Amino acid sequence: MLEIKNLVVQIEDKRILNGLNLTVNKGEIAAIMGPNGSGKSTLSYVIAGKEDYEVLDGEIILDGQNLLEMEPDQRAAAGVFLAFQYPLEIPGVASMTFLKAAMNAQRKARGQDELTTPDFIKRVNAAAAKLEIPKDMLKRALNVGFSGGEKKRMEILQMALLEPTFCILDETDSGLDIDALRIVSEGVNALRSPDRAFLVITHYQRLLNHIVPDTVHVMSAGRIVKTGGKELALELEANGYADYRETEAA
Amino acid sequence: MAGVTLMKTPAETGLAQAFETVKTTLPGDVESRAQAFELFARNGLPHRRVEEFKYTDLRALMREAAPFAATPSGDEAKAALGSAKALADIKALQVPFVNGHFVRDSVDSKALPEGVEIVPLAEALANGHDWLARLSPVAWARQNPVYQLNSSFMADGVMLRIVGQVTTPIHLRFVTASKSAVATATRVLVLVEDGASVKLIETHESTDGANHQPNDVVELIAGDRTTVHHVRLNAEGNQSLALSTLAMKLGAEASFNSINVVAGSATSRHQVFAVLNGENTKAQINGATMLKGRQHGDSTLVVEHAAPNCESRELFKTVVDGEATGVFQGKIIVPHHAQKTDGRMMSAALLLSEGAAMNNKPELEIFADDVQCGHGATCGQLDEDLLFYLMARGLPKKEAESLLIQAFLGEAIEFVDNEEVREALVEIVEGWLKARG
Repeated sequence: MLEIKNLVVQIEDKRILNGLNLTVNKGEIAAIMGPNGSGKSTLSYVIAGKEDYEVLDGEIILDGQNLLEMEPDQRAAAGVFLAFQYPLEIPGVASMTFLKAAMNAQRKARGQDELTTPDFIKRVNAAAAKLEIPKDMLKRALNVGFSGGEKKRMEILQMALLEPTFCILDETDSGLDIDALRIVSEGVNALRSPDRAFLVITHYQRLLNHIVPDTVHVMSAGRIVKTGGKELALELEANGYADYRETEAA
Repeated sequence: MAGVTLMKTPAETGLAQAFETVKTTLPGDVESRAQAFELFARNGLPHRRVEEFKYTDLRALMREAAPFAATPSGDEAKAALGSAKALADIKALQVPFVNGHFVRDSVDSKALPEGVEIVPLAEALANGHDWLARLSPVAWARQNPVYQLNSSFMADGVMLRIVGQVTTPIHLRFVTASKSAVATATRVLVLVEDGASVKLIETHESTDGANHQPNDVVELIAGDRTTVHHVRLNAEGNQSLALSTLAMKLGAEASFNSINVVAGSATSRHQVFAVLNGENTKAQINGATMLKGRQHGDSTLVVEHAAPNCESRELFKTVVDGEATGVFQGKIIVPHHAQKTDGRMMSAALLLSEGAAMNNKPELEIFADDVQCGHGATCGQLDEDLLFYLMARGLPKKEAESLLIQAFLGEAIEFVDNEEVREALVEIVEGWLKARG
C-alpha cells in the first residue's frame, strides 16, 4: 500500500526526517509514537504534500504512484487523507459548501459524475449522525467557533465522506475529552476495511486503546527506530521514550 | 472670481467647450449650472496633489473629454436595454436610463407600485417642480469636482418619492450604449418620506470597447424611521471611466443598508457622502470590489455623524489581481455634539498577484469625547495554510483559491437581505473567478 524509502526532509535548513523507512500494508493500522520533535507531524505533512518542506532524498509510493511528484489535491484524489492535528477555520465557507466542493473535486479527478444535491445531503446526514454532529454545525462556517472536539469530529466526517484509502490521523486525540475520544475512535473504527490503511500518529497510548493498531513504530530524530506489535505501545507508556532518545544521540 | 483660465489639459478644455455649447440647451436654470461649472473650473480636474484624489489622478486618467451622448431614439433605447444584462432578471420596478436619458415610455406611470411617484428630471428642471428644492442635499458632495461636473451637465434622470412600505424593489438601470465613446451625466433623487421603506437597486453598465465616461449621481433623502436597502452594481464596459456618487441624508431612527459591487470599468471611482442627520440611526455601508488586468477601482467614503447616538459600519473588501490598483479612502467625521457615536470602518484587501496594488486610507475626525470609533485596514495574500487544507481535501489550487476569494467577498455581500439579489451577486463573483482561469 504505502512505502516510504530513505526519506530525507528539511525545513529552512533544519533536517527533520533522516532516512525514514516505513511500510504500511492494506488493511493495516500502523501507529507512530515518539517524543516531541521527532518528526511525526512533518511526516504526515510530507505525505499529504505541504509545500514548506524540502524533500532531499527518498520516495513515497502509494499503490505504485509516486506521491512526491503530485500536488496535494492529486494525492487526495489518489486516496490520501490527512486528519489535521489543528483543523483550520475558514470564515465565510459553510461546512456543507466545503464538503460538497471537496467530494465533487475528488469525484471529478477520478472521472466520476458530480453528486446530485439530494444524494450529497443524504450521505452527509447519514455520516454526521454517526458522529453525533448536529445539522446546524454543518450550516456554520467551517470549523469557525467549533470546540476542539467538534473540529476533530468534522475531520472524521470528511474522512468518512471522502472514502480515502490511506488515512493519516495526526494527534487526533489531542484536545479531546473522554466522550469525544470515544465518538472519534468509533468513527475511525467504522471505516476500517481490508482496502484501507491508517497511520495513527500519537504521543499517548490512550488513543490506541480505542483504535487498536496492528503495528507500532517508534520514531526518533526523524527515523523509525523500533517496530513492534500493539504491546510496544504499552511498553512505551510504562517506560517513556528515554531509551529511544539515546538512539537519537548516538 | 477666477474664470476658466486655469484649464490646461485637453480634457479640461473639452469640458469647458462642451459646457459653453450645451448650457443653454440643457433643461432648467442656466445660472445654477454655471455656478457648478465655475466651481469645477476653478481647480479643474483633480490630480494627485489634491488629497481626496491622491490615488486617483483624474487629470492623468481622463485624457480627453468624451462628447456628451445625444438622447437616444425609442428604438435605440429599446435595443440598449435589450442587451443590458446586469441584474436584469431581478423582479423589480425597472427605471431605465439610456445614455443619460430616462426612458419614459418603459415605465407605466399608471401602474406604479403603491407609494411610488416618479417625476422625470428633464421636465422638472424645465418646468420647475417643488422637489427640486431638495436636490443637492449634501454639502460634502457639492464641494466635490466629480459631483460639480454632474451638476453642470446633468441632462436627465428622475426624482422618486416613496411613501409607506414599498416592497417591490426599484431597479435604477443606467445603461450606456454606443460604439464610440460618450459621456453621460444622470441624476436621480430619491425622497423617502418619514416612516417609509424602500429597496433600491442600481446597475451601471456600458458597452465594451469604448472609453465611455458616465458620471452618475444618486441622491437620497431618507426621513425619520425609514428603512432603505440599497444594492449598487458596477458592470461597466471594459474601457469605461466610470465616476459615480451616492449622496445621502438620513433622518432619525433610520436604517440604511448598502453595498457597492464593482465588477467592471477600466477605471472607476465611487464616492459616498453620507450624513447621519438624526439620532439613533444605523448605517451599514459595504463594498465588494474585484479588479484585474490594469483596472483601477476607487471607493471613497465620507460618513458624517451629524447627530448623537448613531451607529455606522463600513466594510469594504477588495480583491486585486494582475496589475490592477485598488483604492479605499474612508473618513468618519464626528462633530463635537455627536456624543455616543459608534462608528467602525474596515477595509480589507486581498492581493492575488505580484503586480497588484492597494491604497488604503481610513481616517477618523472626532471632536466629541464620548464616542466609540475604530478603523482597520489590511492588505494580504491568500493564506497558504488554508490553501493547503483545501487542497489536501482534493480541491485543485485554482478552485481552492476561488473558494477563499468568494468567502472573502462574501463577508460583505451577506448583508444583502434580498435573497434573489444576493445570489445574483454571488454569481457575478463566481463569473469573475471563472474568468480569472
